[in-house]
Amino acid sequence: MATAADTIEALAQRDYEYGFVTDVEQDTAPPGLSEEIIAFISAKKNEPQWMLDWRLDAYRGWLKMVEPEWANVRYEPVDYQSICYYAAPKSDDDRPKSLDEIDPEILATYEKLGIPLKEQEMLAGVAVDAVFDSVSVATTFREKLSELGVIFCSFSEAVQDHPELVRKYLGTVVPRRDNFFAALNSAVFSDGSFVYIPKGVRCPMELSTYFRINAMNTGQFERTLIIADEGSYVSYLEGCTAPMRDENQLHAAVVELVAHEDARIKYSTVQNWYPGDKEGVGGIYNFVTKRGLCEGRRSKISWTQVETGSAVTWKYPSCILKGDDSVGEFYSVAVSNNRQQADTGTKMIHVGKRTSSTIVSKGISAGEGQNTYRGSVRILRSAEDARNFSQCDSMLIGDRCGAHTFPYIDVANPSAQMEHEASTSKIGEDQIFYCNQRGIETEDAVSMIVNGFCKEVFRELPMEFAVEAQKLLEVSLEGSVG
Amino acid sequence: MLRVSDLHARVEEQEILRGVNLEVKAGEVHAVMGPNGSGKSTLAQVLAGREDYEVTAGSLELDGEDLQEMAPEERAHAGLFLAFQYPVEIPGVGNSYFLKAAVNATRKARGEQELDAMDFLQLLRERAKLVDVDEALLRRPVNEGFSGGEKKRNEILQMAVLEPRLAVLDETDSGLDIDALKTVAAGVNALRNEDRAFVVITHYQRLLNYIVPDHVHVLLDGRIVRSGGSGLAHELEAKGYAGFNGGPAAA
Ligand SMILES: Nc1ncnc2c1ncn2[C@@H]1O[C@H](COP(=O)(O)OP(=O)(O)OP(=O)(O)O)[C@@H](O)[C@H]1O
Ligand SMILES: [Mg+2]
Repeated sequence: MATAADTIEALAQRDYEYGFVTDVEQDTAPPGLSEEIIAFISAKKNEPQWMLDWRLDAYRGWLKMVEPEWANVRYEPVDYQSICYYAAPKSDDDRPKSLDEIDPEILATYEKLGIPLKEQEMLAGVAVDAVFDSVSVATTFREKLSELGVIFCSFSEAVQDHPELVRKYLGTVVPRRDNFFAALNSAVFSDGSFVYIPKGVRCPMELSTYFRINAMNTGQFERTLIIADEGSYVSYLEGCTAPMRDENQLHAAVVELVAHEDARIKYSTVQNWYPGDKEGVGGIYNFVTKRGLCEGRRSKISWTQVETGSAVTWKYPSCILKGDDSVGEFYSVAVSNNRQQADTGTKMIHVGKRTSSTIVSKGISAGEGQNTYRGSVRILRSAEDARNFSQCDSMLIGDRCGAHTFPYIDVANPSAQMEHEASTSKIGEDQIFYCNQRGIETEDAVSMIVNGFCKEVFRELPMEFAVEAQKLLEVSLEGSVG
Repeated sequence: MLRVSDLHARVEEQEILRGVNLEVKAGEVHAVMGPNGSGKSTLAQVLAGREDYEVTAGSLELDGEDLQEMAPEERAHAGLFLAFQYPVEIPGVGNSYFLKAAVNATRKARGEQELDAMDFLQLLRERAKLVDVDEALLRRPVNEGFSGGEKKRNEILQMAVLEPRLAVLDETDSGLDIDALKTVAAGVNALRNEDRAFVVITHYQRLLNYIVPDHVHVLLDGRIVRSGGSGLAHELEAKGYAGFNGGPAAA
């Protein structure tokens, strides 16, 4: 296999003329970002010209943008020219041979979360065939879905097999030059998922298992597009509770959702990327753009997220409520422990008549963690009789952490009904003592109190996910008190 | 069962308990009375092991074990129960879920089999009936939005479920209407037996008509200045604490 140095050497010797033809035999692109690299990625994926043009336009836009600084997070600047934007999946030779080669601390966490052995191997990237038991599961799963006309595949496959759908919807909710990170993603996205639910179909299963298996190699620039056609329903689960490590520090994903008339999309996330060590070294930067368009009348998009991982999180799953009577929801639990920083929230943009939105945000800070809720509710002139209910609660564990709330409200139609509630509470010594007095140990008391605090969000999660999320919270906050 | 000797304790640099002596034997009911701020709740919290209160001198023993060596939950496992003057709210945590966690943590610590959902529910229902707690209250989050009286009743329910060896009730009667007072007293009386003891902190002789104490103590300025039989409570009711000012610790 070519080393990075060889590749750079090889590239340096090449003519950089316009219309550069990529050597598709290469496994890895040299570090750095340029039109050539983008062409290389696109060629690797055997993409049609329109897809390449789309990427290039995003890239040209990105060049003129500056990295946003308004978020309440501090991190070392990212050197975009030192990142490798394309790497073929690791060959088995480069992977750990067994769990014995994995950091015992990670294994301990897997144990605590009760993750089955095979899944542990998969998460840790161990090269074993056994993992691919699950592939056959995924296949049956897909067959069942295709009988209903549901398309559920990787983004790359969708570009090949359903170009008309991808072309029609890609970038319609998050334009390719939407913001710095979205533009970067649009230029270099590696892979992701594509979902299409046809008219009137209620997707009979949570779209999760498949994703869990396939998400492993989608890399740092994930792209997801979900379309729910008229009267359809889908519940999509992203991520998993196991702590995921990645050598790539920067993650910039884009998720676009489109809900047509009477369609409903429920999108649930559990994000648990590596947060770094106690000093915050080595954690993932997670800069995500997620947005849903309630295109049709009475459509509904509901985001539920449990964010416990990453060193820095920058994420605002949003809804554009365009269809009359459409509904947007955002339920969030965000935890920042040790040196973690989370700046997360939502935007609800009311365009259609009688549109309504609900925001429930629970921020938990522990250690020296900083947790920021940033929300924006905009009621446009056209949005007659719109309603919003927002509730932002923060919980502090210890006295070195911080919670911040920035709710922006912008109402251009006086018929709007707005309700906002906010609270900040310290996990009380008195609550813990009360539990202790009843025989409950401090660690259990904390997880009980925190789970109680998050209840309104957890109850929005699909059942199995909710149980995992509770456990995850417990593990994330371990040792934060006492 | 409980032996408190020459107990001194302070909170935030201020000495609140200044030499408390108290001995409680199994099967007894002791009442502790005293004016506001005299240190009654402090005594209760020190017994339960609240960290903010620093014991500066003296000793605390439960069944011969040094309480100071034990964490609050260990004291609970050993059978010490405190009904709080101000019960704490825990939003989002179901009352019965909380109680089940408490029961099972205690059973586990004692090396006993944990109760399964069915057995626990049965126990809970039975005890709820004993202290006349509405089942709807069991499904609500711990103390959240409970009325003052409901909170107090909930404390008694927890006591009835946890079956402590020594229960300290800190003004459980305050804020109860007369019927609630009777049910709470009936609950306590139903739990009274040879192995169990109660320390009842109260301002009102009225409660002691229903829970008749074996001993009554007057706590003043961080000391027990007088002890006597149940008649002492009547005397206090009539005369107040005026006569005790600065009096010597006549234990
Ligand atoms: N955490 C604390 N910080 C400062 N002072 C305290 C603290 N806890 C108790 N005190 C003080 O200690 C004294 C005794 O308080 P305590 O609560 O024990 O009184 P009490 O006898 O229970 O009174 P009451 O009848 O009003 O319940 C009071 O002066 C109170 O202000
Ligand atoms: Mg008191």
